[in-house]
Amino acid sequence: MSEEPLFDPSLKKRKKKNVVFIEDPLGADADPTKPAPETIESTTVNGEAVDLGPTTAHELMSKSGASEAKPEKKDKEEEDYKAMFGDMKKKKKKKEIPMDFGDDSGTSTPVKVAEENAPAADGPTITADDIDFSDMKKKKKSSKKKANFDLDAFEKEIGESKAKASKTEGGYDDDDEGPEPDGSHLDNIDEEELGDDPFAQAGDAPVGLDAGTEPWLKSDRDYTYQELLTRFYASLHAANPSLLSSASKKRYTIAPPQLFREGNKKSIFANVTDICKKMHRQPEHVIQYLFAEMGTTGSVDGAGRLVIKGRFQQKQIENVLRRYMVEYVTCKTCKSPDTLLTKENRIFFMACESCGSRRSVNAIKSGFQAQVGKRSKNKTG
Amino acid sequence: MSVQNLNSYDPFADEGDPLGDSADVGSTSEYIHIRIQQRNGRKTLTTLQGLPKQYDSKKLLKAFKKEFACNGTLVDDEKMGQVIQLQGDQRAKISAFLVENGLEKSTIKVHGF
Repeated sequence: MSEEPLFDPSLKKRKKKNVVFIEDPLGADADPTKPAPETIESTTVNGEAVDLGPTTAHELMSKSGASEAKPEKKDKEEEDYKAMFGDMKKKKKKKEIPMDFGDDSGTSTPVKVAEENAPAADGPTITADDIDFSDMKKKKKSSKKKANFDLDAFEKEIGESKAKASKTEGGYDDDDEGPEPDGSHLDNIDEEELGDDPFAQAGDAPVGLDAGTEPWLKSDRDYTYQELLTRFYASLHAANPSLLSSASKKRYTIAPPQLFREGNKKSIFANVTDICKKMHRQPEHVIQYLFAEMGTTGSVDGAGRLVIKGRFQQKQIENVLRRYMVEYVTCKTCKSPDTLLTKENRIFFMACESCGSRRSVNAIKSGFQAQVGKRSKNKTG
Repeated sequence: MSVQNLNSYDPFADEGDPLGDSADVGSTSEYIHIRIQQRNGRKTLTTLQGLPKQYDSKKLLKAFKKEFACNGTLVDDEKMGQVIQLQGDQRAKISAFLVENGLEKSTIKVHGF
């Protein structure tokens, strides 16, 4: 029994022998006597990028320049959860690419499939002929046509008399590769991995649009919302470069949880008070969340360590802590961890110190607890 | 002519707690919670709570048991209602199963480590 690995239900039984050494995130370094490394949080030990919730518009802007080459799909609902864990494996799976590169002339079926999979007019789609990411020009052209498709259709509806104007505009869009004036930034934002680590990207500001390069100046059409939005952000970032750099510079780090075993059935979470202090949260709140999430109980011992019933690994606690931070620490609006949690009328409110937003957060509910262990122990009736 | 005082409408009547109608205000009602609980050794239990009323939890349990090759029961909890309880860590499988069968992924909350 003493040789039994730490508890991890996801493991296969035959891995038993080397489980401790492989699955323990810090590997051999996870010696509890040794102080844990100072900063982990933003990348896990496996080298996976991690970020703290959904990206904000600023970060999207800063990213859009760098990551235009990889339009990727992203489940919106997974965003705050998965983004936190920075699941690189997920990212790989996400892209669906037809297998035949570049022979779209032969059979048209793969193209069709790709088009069906892609969101209709939402942005650049992965068709078979723009798989080649090195050939950016070609890709932009073809994808741009698609992106502008609904715009063109819309304009045709507005007036047939403008047919000529829209034609010239179409030509403009196809030929002009330089300033990227229309909504292509935002199209890419829709497509690209929202859970990307915003901190990993260099904070290069999008090219500020000079007055006079806007596409609507050359035609008599109206500007679209997307264009104006891009223009707004471009000028905003041109005027305040600190918006991007401060967001990309700042990094929220927390020491990894130190977990060791007490006896056979209990785990000790040693640095819970340190972590709570770092997050500016009451230890009671964090502990309550931990217990509710993990479906267990425990207590705080004399040295301020948390004794948890059941066997838990550092990795598992880390996961729960990450979720806690998404839910109760990071601001949903600006993603700053600089928030305060206050209780008013039995409801917790989280106020952001940096952007001033204020929202209520869910109360911690432990939910159904199944009967585990001997029934004779809790004879309630 | 109407005398205001004789109106049957009582302005001071208790209109009740506006939030009192929905049993739990804390937005737990619309979520399906999938939790895990440790048993002894490396054994676990998975519980599924908050299934919408239109689904027959008995049939669902039967499908789960067949699909995941595990045992399970239906527990009637006085606070939480009917809870499906399965042996082993079936969280990922349950959520995949539910999504496959047309439930919204955003309504499913997977808890645990």
